[in-house]
Amino acid sequence: MSHLPVLCVLLPLFAAPIALLVRHRHVVRWMAILVAWADLAIALELLSQASEAPIHYWLGGWAPPLGIELVIDEVNAFLLVIVTAMASVVLPFGPGSAALAIPDGRRHLFYAAFLLCMCGLLGISATGDAFNVFVFLEVTSLSSYTLIALGKGRRALMAAFSYLVMGTIGGTFILIGVGLLYQMTGTLNMADLAERLPAVMETRTVLVAFGFLVCGSSIKLAVFPLHQWLPNAYSHAPSMVSAFLASTATKVSYYVLVRVLFGIFGAAFVFGTAKLHWLLLPASLAAMFLGSLAAIFQTDVKRLLAYSSIAQIGYMTLGLAMNSVNGLAGGLVHLFNHALTKGGLFLVVACVTWRVGSSKLDDFAGLGKRMPLTVLAFAIGGFSLIGVPGTAGFISKWYLVTAALEKGWLWLAILILLSSLLAVAYVFRVLEVCWFREPPEGDSGEPPPNMWIPAWILIGATIFFGLWTDLTGSVAERAAAFLMGVG
Amino acid sequence: MSLWIHESVVVLMMLGLYIVIARDNLVKKVMGLSIFQVSVILFYVAVGKVDGGTAPILGEGIEVYSNPLPHVLMLTAIVVGIATTALGLALVLRIREAYGTTEEDEIVAMDRGSAE
Amino acid sequence: MASTFMLVAFFLPLVLAGVIRACDKVPNLRDGLTVVFAACTFACVAMMVPAVAAGETVQATLALPFDGLSIGFRVEPLGMLFALVASGLWIPTSLYAFGYMRGHHEENQTRFFMCFALAIFAALGIAFSANLLTLFLFYEVLTFSTWPLVTHHQTEAAKKAGRVYLGILVFTSVCFLLLGIVWTYVQAGTLDFVNGGILEGNVEPWMVPVLLALFAFGTGKAALMPFHRWLPNAMVAPTPVSALLHAVAVVKAGVFTVLKVVVYTFGIDFLTMTSASDWLKWVAAGTILISSVIAVTQDNLKARLAYSTISQLAYIVLGAALATSAAVIGGGLHIAMHAMGKITLFFVAGAIMVHTHRKKVSELDGLGRRMPFTFAAFFIASLSIIGLPPTGGAWSKWFLALGATSGPEDQVFVGVFMASSLLSIAYLMPIVGRGFFLPEKPDPHHPHHGEGIDEGPLLCVAPLCATALGCFALFLLADDIREFLLPLGGM
Repeated sequence: MSHLPVLCVLLPLFAAPIALLVRHRHVVRWMAILVAWADLAIALELLSQASEAPIHYWLGGWAPPLGIELVIDEVNAFLLVIVTAMASVVLPFGPGSAALAIPDGRRHLFYAAFLLCMCGLLGISATGDAFNVFVFLEVTSLSSYTLIALGKGRRALMAAFSYLVMGTIGGTFILIGVGLLYQMTGTLNMADLAERLPAVMETRTVLVAFGFLVCGSSIKLAVFPLHQWLPNAYSHAPSMVSAFLASTATKVSYYVLVRVLFGIFGAAFVFGTAKLHWLLLPASLAAMFLGSLAAIFQTDVKRLLAYSSIAQIGYMTLGLAMNSVNGLAGGLVHLFNHALTKGGLFLVVACVTWRVGSSKLDDFAGLGKRMPLTVLAFAIGGFSLIGVPGTAGFISKWYLVTAALEKGWLWLAILILLSSLLAVAYVFRVLEVCWFREPPEGDSGEPPPNMWIPAWILIGATIFFGLWTDLTGSVAERAAAFLMGVG
Repeated sequence: MSLWIHESVVVLMMLGLYIVIARDNLVKKVMGLSIFQVSVILFYVAVGKVDGGTAPILGEGIEVYSNPLPHVLMLTAIVVGIATTALGLALVLRIREAYGTTEEDEIVAMDRGSAE
Repeated sequence: MASTFMLVAFFLPLVLAGVIRACDKVPNLRDGLTVVFAACTFACVAMMVPAVAAGETVQATLALPFDGLSIGFRVEPLGMLFALVASGLWIPTSLYAFGYMRGHHEENQTRFFMCFALAIFAALGIAFSANLLTLFLFYEVLTFSTWPLVTHHQTEAAKKAGRVYLGILVFTSVCFLLLGIVWTYVQAGTLDFVNGGILEGNVEPWMVPVLLALFAFGTGKAALMPFHRWLPNAMVAPTPVSALLHAVAVVKAGVFTVLKVVVYTFGIDFLTMTSASDWLKWVAAGTILISSVIAVTQDNLKARLAYSTISQLAYIVLGAALATSAAVIGGGLHIAMHAMGKITLFFVAGAIMVHTHRKKVSELDGLGRRMPFTFAAFFIASLSIIGLPPTGGAWSKWFLALGATSGPEDQVFVGVFMASSLLSIAYLMPIVGRGFFLPEKPDPHHPHHGEGIDEGPLLCVAPLCATALGCFALFLLADDIREFLLPLGGM
């Protein structure tokens, strides 16, 4: 069988120690970029193969359920594309020296950590073994703690430490959950678990395992009220890192939650026996409203985007909690759309930081005169967060509101629309500062091509996928139908 | 059948979580995390024990072995634990350099005092 | 063939926005190209008329965001009329804007004209839309492309006005209009515009008035009370913005949406059958009368005109709510008549501002003798707004009133139309009277030397004379327009 699936995951893993050994920072940077681009090509190839039939790859040739297998179906092939695409766009971004706090001699360590993070994210998405998820999850987490700690200023250190504590607790909860499931079924393979679980579904052990798994994934996903680590982590990390993590780490964790809920336990158990929606629905609504409200009052734009992410994650979990195909489709499509939007917005903020030296809202004054195209990019990304038609964010909102009305929950549809209005408030707060205030003395002009090209690729994609959704909407719909049918 | 092993797992788990939450000293938090992770390791190994089985090492004349799989999994988990502890302590070291203290409440006060 | 013209007309303003940006440093080239593009756009739109009149299908699909729901165009008579109005009046407004912005020494003219072009682009998108999704898309584009125009002066007052503008329009469009659209989609399975509506047989009886409320209040641009405050607030913008966007494109997009939804999503027969629009008739009538009364009390000229617009827009909403073929056709006619008349009135207000720096009605005494062409145009346009022959407004008022006579309960609304005409005489004619017949008050800040005619800049006065003459022309063309709109009434 073709080795593409495992190559996709392991290519960055091979590159990471090479990055450690080769100390020359430009060579390491270009190696990382080429690895990301090659991996993207592999992921696209896997996506086209997986659209026909799921790919099963046995690691080392050992047959499951004893061996570890990688299962690539349409949904996680999609996720592989997202992760590699984000890495491909973010790695070439910028000259590097302005964005990062690391001295030149240590730059190769940054790329090693980045490649490890990428490997971990790809591994979580591709694997079909529950313990394997934990392993790759820890690889991702450890490298992301390192990446976040590289931010400017000492607050990045505390942010990384808090994230370390919470993330480890989350990962360990997942480990406990997997252990309990293993105790009841004797297998770690996800498909096998789905088959064996119904026999023991009524036991308390399985319910506790469910609780630990959901709780652990929710910590990594920053579901309200387990979101405390996210604002600090995203705002103090270097912008490139925020852009990459905001668009991939939480998305992959969302996918883990989806796999656990629908791939292992099944919709009947989740909504019937465990009644998860009683917990997840209010939590999602709280995230949507409180996250957006908090964003309105921030004085730092990166922190504003971080709180906005919490709200957007609320939309994704809302789709999950609705127990409807359209709702889950909305959540899955928002996974992709938000990755594009938030990644693009953080890169835009990085462009601004390059010009004005900080990401504080007051320093954005008069930016409309100094960098009009960059502000336009921010506006378009902001429109996607609001859900203006023509942008990707609208597509997700449409699915969610349609799902709410199909279930006859008029109140939920109104709440979803009201929360979009809060997004108008915080987006226009930034735009008003750029538009109305006088710029201070200083240079004007757009950032260099290696900064605006990646930013505009992502922002342009936001518009493209708001109008032509063959790749996103239909995939999400099919995947949701398939997932809701299981169990 | 006595469940002392599972009871001690729960005790260690709660102990570890308590230390993480209740103690301000960053080094102690890392310790707490470590204890929490150790409890899970104990749990898995306990899961693998088969009644009447010996340690999963091939030997002459032994019929019943305990399940080796959890042991293998826990080797990975131990490595993860070491890496986490090491990273955590490295961060604490840097924090100590930057702030001059490793007490969380003092650090939070310093952060609140400076900017924002 | 006509589809090609449609697409060219649609994309021209978008291309122009880019061209304007490129010609930033050469103002004369920039402004000249604006007029050329505007003329070409109008020409393309005009070329589509024969095909639409003959009932041909003129359509195009642009994008496919959802399975079964496209972003596409399909032109019908009402949309054709709106497109003609918007693209046609773009030409005099551009000329007027050049005169005004230069006479006033305004800054950021490039940004201004770019957003203008984008707004026209959005208006054409609304006019041509084939389904509710496309209409909603361009409706939102229109809101966001006109925000920089409303806040053009970038002062604190502009910022506040921008917040009210955005706040009301986005709130209504997201919480009411979008909700209505998705609900319609969930019930009917489609969002296409079909003569006779798509709701019949797909909804429970209690849903119809609720959906109508969501659409009527959701279309904030139609300035139906209580969501009308954005319009007087937006008067802080430069007058060309007020003129085109708030007398023509933005508010017309609002009432166009209401009319289109009533005819093509609900269906006028379905509405009459379910009596679902009865409450809307009273809300519209209330808006007409209350805003006319407020207009009488306003001393600021632009504010007075703004409340007049709110009142006139409610005429069209009332026409839609009456849901008879005459009323609906009258509403469509009124889109054109009111546009021509109101734009003239705003042009006059702006010309007075730029030339004499006077904004209040009480300051206008005697100016008519100094600026006779300007005030004569104001007189003609006032006749159209009041609804007197020989101006176009007479015909639209006639058909609207005719539409109110078909049902016995509706005849009270004929009285509402009449009362409103009297009120409009009260708020428009005094301006003409003061201008021509009262002695001028000396203004220490802007002393006027000598007697004789002292008109505003030519680029301001010529367009307003043209649009005033347009009011006469529309009187003569009214029957042709009415015949063109017959399919609206289901004939």
